[in-house]
Amino acid sequence: MKTDLYNIFDTEWVPVGDWIEATLKYVVENFRYIFQAIKVPFDLVLRGFEGALTGAPDLLIYAIILLVAWQAGGRRIALIAGASMLAIGLMGAWEPAMTSLSIVLTCVIFCALIGIPLGIYAARSDRFWLILRPILDLMQTIPSFVYLVPVVMLFSIGNVSGVIVTFIYALPPVVRLTNLGIRQVRPDMVEAARAFGASRRQTLLKIELPLAAPTIMAGLNQTIMMALAMSVVSSMISVTGLGRMVLRGIGRLDMGIATVGGLGIVCLAVMIDRVSQSFGVSARDRGHRKWYETGPVGAFYRPLAKFRHAAK
Amino acid sequence: MSDPQIECRALWKIYGKRQVEAMRAVQERSLSKEEVRDEYGCVLGVRNVSFSVERGEIFCIMGLSGSGKSTLVRHINRLIDPTSGEIHVAGARVDRMGETELRQLRAEKIGMVFQHMALWPHRTLAENAAFGLEVRDLSPPKRRAAAEKALAATGLEGWADHYPDQLSGGMQQRVGLARALAADPEILLMDEPFSALDPLIRRQLQDQFLDLSTKLKKTTVFITHDLDEAIRMGGHIAIMNDGEIVQIGTPEEIVTRPSDDYVREFVKGISRIGLVRAETIMTPLDGRQATPKTISTGSRLDAVIDLFLPDQQPLTVIDPLGSAVGQITITDALRALRG
Repeated sequence: MKTDLYNIFDTEWVPVGDWIEATLKYVVENFRYIFQAIKVPFDLVLRGFEGALTGAPDLLIYAIILLVAWQAGGRRIALIAGASMLAIGLMGAWEPAMTSLSIVLTCVIFCALIGIPLGIYAARSDRFWLILRPILDLMQTIPSFVYLVPVVMLFSIGNVSGVIVTFIYALPPVVRLTNLGIRQVRPDMVEAARAFGASRRQTLLKIELPLAAPTIMAGLNQTIMMALAMSVVSSMISVTGLGRMVLRGIGRLDMGIATVGGLGIVCLAVMIDRVSQSFGVSARDRGHRKWYETGPVGAFYRPLAKFRHAAK
Repeated sequence: MSDPQIECRALWKIYGKRQVEAMRAVQERSLSKEEVRDEYGCVLGVRNVSFSVERGEIFCIMGLSGSGKSTLVRHINRLIDPTSGEIHVAGARVDRMGETELRQLRAEKIGMVFQHMALWPHRTLAENAAFGLEVRDLSPPKRRAAAEKALAATGLEGWADHYPDQLSGGMQQRVGLARALAADPEILLMDEPFSALDPLIRRQLQDQFLDLSTKLKKTTVFITHDLDEAIRMGGHIAIMNDGEIVQIGTPEEIVTRPSDDYVREFVKGISRIGLVRAETIMTPLDGRQATPKTISTGSRLDAVIDLFLPDQQPLTVIDPLGSAVGQITITDALRALRG
């Protein structure tokens, strides 16, 4: 073959695509059972959430969301959450919204379970962080369409695969911000803990994690937002929920259903964002009140405490 | 008589990857701080330091920032590991302790106070103060009692359930002190505890601490960059420069006989009036007649000057047994005052 020097880079010199395809094929043929096993925990949690959220009476779920929002952020947040969820309900998008919510919640649980320990370890070891950082960059920047196909081949289609795709996309912020939060703890606070005889474990649990908690929560909040942003993309591998309404609308040029799906995602995002942000407000900024002294729990607790005080 | 509670012998700390090599080179060729840095890329933190602290005394380590005093004090509870040398605390070899022993030592025997308080903002004052007991898994009521006792000792009764950010700087440092006292340790390490406070509050806390100290009789290592503070506090003062102790002595010794120019520079502005004793400035009697005006040994310069106020007749110095040991003229007194 005569090389055309003029258009030298039109030739594929390094067949990256072929290699990837061959590797993937090999993995799928020989190790698919491993990936099927990985699915199991995701599947269990997702089914639990979905069963509860879609199975229970709509109004009950609505009330629970209101109470959680009130507890987390006070009356104002409860009002915002209540309005957003009411809008979803009135548009008739409640059922798919609950599916989307359960996917997001499942994803967040696994992101926290895996991301926070990774972040803690990254904060401890500079070398580990040096290796981890480019991987996180890659996870965040690579277009999600690219790994949609391998995920389908390894995990097949459906909501669980959707959770896994979303997990890959939404994991980085929680790792990053956990790492940042722990590194930002004032060194003399850690030194003081050591000076009073704390072990590394005690220092982590009693000093570093509580002080880093607002930053870690900011990371989780971002993770949640990214998970929600994935819902339309993941609907391409037949994930149900609000994303699928949008996709179906686009496919049929049905602007009505696409807009309802889109608005539903926005309302859900507003609700989750405000509630999860309120969880991240440190006790100092809430005027040092314990969580059980505010919100609906406080409404029960305060009279009880007063009664006990009077009994003394 | 001598009962050292803390003793460091030939302590060295060199920071850097090649610290072992650097250590050997420094000992063989006695390199300076700069030579160590240039040849080995290592930083000399503490250089051949030896000192001992008697039970119950306040031992001040004074030096400018970067002189290695904070590094040195962190060797006593081994927040920093020495490169070589021995550390004895309450009869045990701290430099040879394992992790568990070390944690026990820190929790039970040594309390530490930090320059910037380092109180944990997410914990109440009681939880801050009782942290050392919490890591030892004492029961909550015991922790609470110890914390309240320590807070009361530093004048913070009734604040146990508040948070550090609700307090002023001076009060915060009293919490720092309460935290150090809560486990009733034998030893206190105080790393520039009052430097971050404004002068009035600093003075107040110094007095409060001295009061507390005479009551509790804790062996204390007190770090400061302020010689005035060191003189107010200390039974003995060690002056550090470039990682070395250049002089150890009582405040009077340091002020009247500075060992080198570095110390002399520090001592310049210090008032001698409450430091210099009569026997330091007297001249021997050598057959002269004892004068009717007398002063006992151990009296300070201010008492001497008071006696010269009505008339300028020389003073005779009397020792505790009642015999005359020397004489002070007005000239001696004035010379001592000028330094």
